Amino acid sequence: MKKTSMNGYLAAGLILTGVLVLLIVAGYFWTPYDPNAMSVGPKFAKPSLQYLLGTDNFGRDIFSRVMKGAGTTFAIAVATVVIGAVFGTLLGALTGYFGGLADAVLMRLGDILTAFPSILLAMVIISIMGPGKTVNVVLALGLVFIPSFARVTRTAYAGLRDANYVKSARLMGASSARILWVHILPNIMQVLLPAITIGFNNAVLAEASMSYLGIGVTPPDASMGYMLSEAQGMFGAAPWYALGTGFFMVLLIFGVGLIGESLQRRDGEVD
Amino acid sequence: MKYAAKRIATLLVTMVVVSFLAFVAFDLISGDPAEMMLGTEATPEALAALREEMGLNRPLVVRYGDWLLGFVTGDLGMSYDYYQPVGELLAPKILVTLCLSLLSFVIITVISIPLGIWSAQRSGGLFGAVHTTGNQLFMAIPPFFTGMILSWVFGTILHWFTPGAFPGLTNVPVALKHLLFASVAIAIPRIAMTGRMLRSTIRSEQRKSYVRTAISRGNDRGAVLRRHVLKNALVPVVTFLAQTMAEIVAGGIVVEQVFGIPGLGRMLVVSIANRDYPVVQAIVVILAFWVVLAGTVADLVNARIDPRLQLGGDA
Repeated sequence: MKKTSMNGYLAAGLILTGVLVLLIVAGYFWTPYDPNAMSVGPKFAKPSLQYLLGTDNFGRDIFSRVMKGAGTTFAIAVATVVIGAVFGTLLGALTGYFGGLADAVLMRLGDILTAFPSILLAMVIISIMGPGKTVNVVLALGLVFIPSFARVTRTAYAGLRDANYVKSARLMGASSARILWVHILPNIMQVLLPAITIGFNNAVLAEASMSYLGIGVTPPDASMGYMLSEAQGMFGAAPWYALGTGFFMVLLIFGVGLIGESLQRRDGEVD
Repeated sequence: MKYAAKRIATLLVTMVVVSFLAFVAFDLISGDPAEMMLGTEATPEALAALREEMGLNRPLVVRYGDWLLGFVTGDLGMSYDYYQPVGELLAPKILVTLCLSLLSFVIITVISIPLGIWSAQRSGGLFGAVHTTGNQLFMAIPPFFTGMILSWVFGTILHWFTPGAFPGLTNVPVALKHLLFASVAIAIPRIAMTGRMLRSTIRSEQRKSYVRTAISRGNDRGAVLRRHVLKNALVPVVTFLAQTMAEIVAGGIVVEQVFGIPGLGRMLVVSIANRDYPVVQAIVVILAFWVVLAGTVADLVNARIDPRLQLGGDA
């Protein structure tokens, strides 16, 4: 019984995320209307079968814009998580496994970096590299996400450093790289996978926040954050713009959150 | 007392390192402040003179020491954009942001702790499933989206306040309304996270044998919860709440924009867009100090809750 309820979260999360990701991926190739074309419909049309989420002040189809904008946000979030997870895990593996001075120094530095809220840090990096470029958003967020991945994986690697199977691999002459990659990495998935889902959600939020503030993705690339700032101005006339965009984002984060929830649980854990 | 002194020493060291990092970062990027002030058309002689006057030719560490001394005494340099001392520019905004983050913090604490305790007493089945799902859903709502909805419903439709027309802190009732809605927007996902965290620590604490012993000796379940379980379960939650301060600050940066509240967050966004580095630098350091301070307070509170921590043990 417990097993089924756990799989319930995974199933619900996968279905929800799957549908949204399908829409997002489809949006790279096809949208019902041109997302940036004006007057594809009347201005401020209510949501209908023809315009699923209505239209905005220029008569642009909002559903098409959401598909496209979510695509930008999604791509940035995935790239961010890849950068953060790859470099963070590498750093965590090396420091956790070998320990020593570098470990101590890097972990203290990591502690200190937590004093800066991640979005603040990303904003600082953006201001260094120049605002308004999508590549810079990815790099800034990716950099900011490295320490949290490093911390999580460092603890896991340090915990397994002296595990019996690691010792025996060492005795059999396996190289350190092989031990880190082949022997330990598969055993820390329990902590790495949930960290990836949390990181993805934080990246979506951070990208959306920065673009909302006008220092992330800027037009002509639509992103969810930029669209929300656009939508706020016409909340009264076209609430479906803000609500459609916002709830799409909420559902995406919610879906990935459910997957993370199920991954974090150990067998037999009760709600 | 010894513990408190140690914590405060650590706090000061962290603040120095944090501000040094910020100083170096902005020193690297801001290029030549003399050129920023005079523009690209300035003559080399004028630039050299201003550099000398601003003390830019001195070594980095000396300039940092100078800047830190200025920072502590309230002299944060000059804004490139406003031709005004940064301290004067930021003073009224610091208070606004401080109020916003404290209010958010109070809302989060006051709601999430009872919620966590209450929900920990129920488990499994429908309640558990609804609780977990609801938690994930609330955690998924970005503060600035909630903020947009709140400012539309309570501002535009119900006219309880006028979004964007923040009257200043002297007009307490009106300012409070702005800050209250903004705080709620920031608080919602954090309440879900904190409540969930408290619930799981209480429940893992309740499984320990000392709780079983206490109950088997005839103690009242409620009393065991209040006197034993909560004390142990609160320590990680206090730490978590302090970390929440970082998230509140981050949420505040965006939510200030949503509600048009003139705090540090809005100033930060404007200054980044204008590359007004002295202002950005000052705000970053102030916000980081605020977060580090919250962490230290949490450690001190935890040492009161659990005296073992003063001996250097891990709880």
